[in-house]
Amino acid sequence: MSAQRIDDPGSSSEDRLRANDVTIGYDARVISRGLTVTIPDNEFTVIIGPNACGKSTLLRSLARMLVPSAGAVLLDGQAISSYPSKEVARRLGLLPQSSVAPDGITVADLVARGRYPHQRLLRQWSRTDEEIVSGALAATNVADLADRPVDELSGGQRQRVWLAMALAQQTPILLLDEPTTYLDIAHQIEMLDLCADLHAEQGRTLVAVLHDLNHACRYATHLIAMRAGAVVATGPPSEIVTAALVEDVFGLACRVIEDPETGTPLIVPLARAALRGPDLQHPDAPPAVPTPLGA
Amino acid sequence: MTGVESKPARPLPVAALRWGSVSVRVTRRPLIVSVLLAIAVFAVVVVSSFVGDYPLPAQDVLASLLGNGTTATDFVVLDLRLARALCAVTIGAALGASGAAFQALTRNPLGSPDIIGFTSGAATGALLQILVIGGTSLAIAGGALFGGLASALVVYLLAMGRGAVGYRLVLVGIGLNAFLWAINWYLLISAKLEDAMSAQVWLTGSLNGRSWEQLWPVLVTVLICLPLLMVASRPLGLLEMGDDAARALGVRADRTRVVIVVLAVALAAGATATAGPIAFVALAAPQLAKRLTGSVAVSVLPAALMGALVLTTSDLVAQRLFAPTQLPVGIATGVVGGLYLIWLLLSEWKKGRG
Repeated sequence: MSAQRIDDPGSSSEDRLRANDVTIGYDARVISRGLTVTIPDNEFTVIIGPNACGKSTLLRSLARMLVPSAGAVLLDGQAISSYPSKEVARRLGLLPQSSVAPDGITVADLVARGRYPHQRLLRQWSRTDEEIVSGALAATNVADLADRPVDELSGGQRQRVWLAMALAQQTPILLLDEPTTYLDIAHQIEMLDLCADLHAEQGRTLVAVLHDLNHACRYATHLIAMRAGAVVATGPPSEIVTAALVEDVFGLACRVIEDPETGTPLIVPLARAALRGPDLQHPDAPPAVPTPLGA
Repeated sequence: MTGVESKPARPLPVAALRWGSVSVRVTRRPLIVSVLLAIAVFAVVVVSSFVGDYPLPAQDVLASLLGNGTTATDFVVLDLRLARALCAVTIGAALGASGAAFQALTRNPLGSPDIIGFTSGAATGALLQILVIGGTSLAIAGGALFGGLASALVVYLLAMGRGAVGYRLVLVGIGLNAFLWAINWYLLISAKLEDAMSAQVWLTGSLNGRSWEQLWPVLVTVLICLPLLMVASRPLGLLEMGDDAARALGVRADRTRVVIVVLAVALAAGATATAGPIAFVALAAPQLAKRLTGSVAVSVLPAALMGALVLTTSDLVAQRLFAPTQLPVGIATGVVGGLYLIWLLLSEWKKGRG
């Protein structure tokens, strides 16, 4: 796959994508305040954390879908909002959580739309566009579906088509918002394998929000663990994932063992019987405060 | 290695014309449909020049069309018939293009300027001009233009915000539409009888007595707005995938929407100012065009050509059906379009979206 290795024109010693002291949220509701996150270049970064911890919000602001009310997201050292929209789209791609395929659109037509940021009014479909779209279809194993309508595909195929569209955009950085949601286990693994290939073979910087901690530990080369809008830990899974961290971030009592397949950390929740009464609590609840005697 | 290169390269089902570094995407069926529609429009315009209340031999008509007519035949053929037919072409194209843009923007086949209140706003403006202020046909056109733009602004501001902009645009528009028609009827029943009658004719939408002087303003509007709308229809098509997906590709979602609304309202307002609120062309033409082209993309040009064809044909029928009595063209489009609307609602309802 050397043909599709992504060039890295603006690379410097500093990492290309960074959220610098940002305050983000929706309308008046602040999710994160004063958050600083660096996305290391050429790593497969996975953001994890419990529901509503702000991981998707962070990803959306990194992808300039959300404008921080304070601070700035920096792309190649400049505020991402200062670039022309198409220029950002040539450097950074996003696979959103939910997209709608227009009625009756074919796979090839949808994937071809990924070339939009590289096209102009009188350069609507160059040979390069065609080669790159063919490559993206092949890389995601949907080349045989090229003239099928997207509505007729299965969930797993459809998600691969959306990924192909993001690949056709040819961005060195690709953000994925829960790319495995709604997929069964086999298709989840297939999707993550694809992402790992993109990272390993094409040298893309990948950032994904994932729900499954074990998937995150297996595929990420860099983890960002979040809780309540703040970053709790960052680093390679094998260095940072411990029972204490999982307890701290998710409020889940567990053991961390070595994945027999990959050697990465594997989280095994403790059996109910192993838990003592007061610790049997909802994972979203704050860590239990011991009740003072006689209260 | 996954071996991308080793796979036999299959040509992609995406077609384009290329000259050097210039490349333009074309799809065969929409192209053929557009050419056929253009030929059909031309044919109807020619037929319109040959028929009318004042009987003229065919060779006289031909002479006038080729520039060798007498003053009298020139007046009948060029100033009465041809100019009126060209008005129908231009207004129909404006309505069709405007409807295509609104339907793509709202992702709803009901999202046309006559359903979501812009046309009734134009009618209110024109009625106020006719009944309250009084004035020439130019002043009436101005009133319609102002009313259309004002109601568009109101609908847009009320529907703006986060989330499903398109759906809210339709709902807010339908509400405003009802409100404006209440005002329109009130203006009509409180007016003097003869004023009310001429206002009523305007309200039905008519091409009677339209000639060159009415043609030029709307023609200029179409010549400016239609190409711009065709350019803007590419990012508009991407918006159909949802704001996030479109913005990730570098589409400036809000700006695209504003540009589209301004262009589409200008087209609809120009058409309405010239001929009154002609029913259903903006609603039906884009859908008919879409079914003929079988295209997923936003097809502004086929919709415009279809609008032109529908309106020229309807006007010809309205003129000749009960000749010498000339029906307002709005009655013909209303009858055909009403049936179409019922069919559309039923089929949408069956799909579970209506």
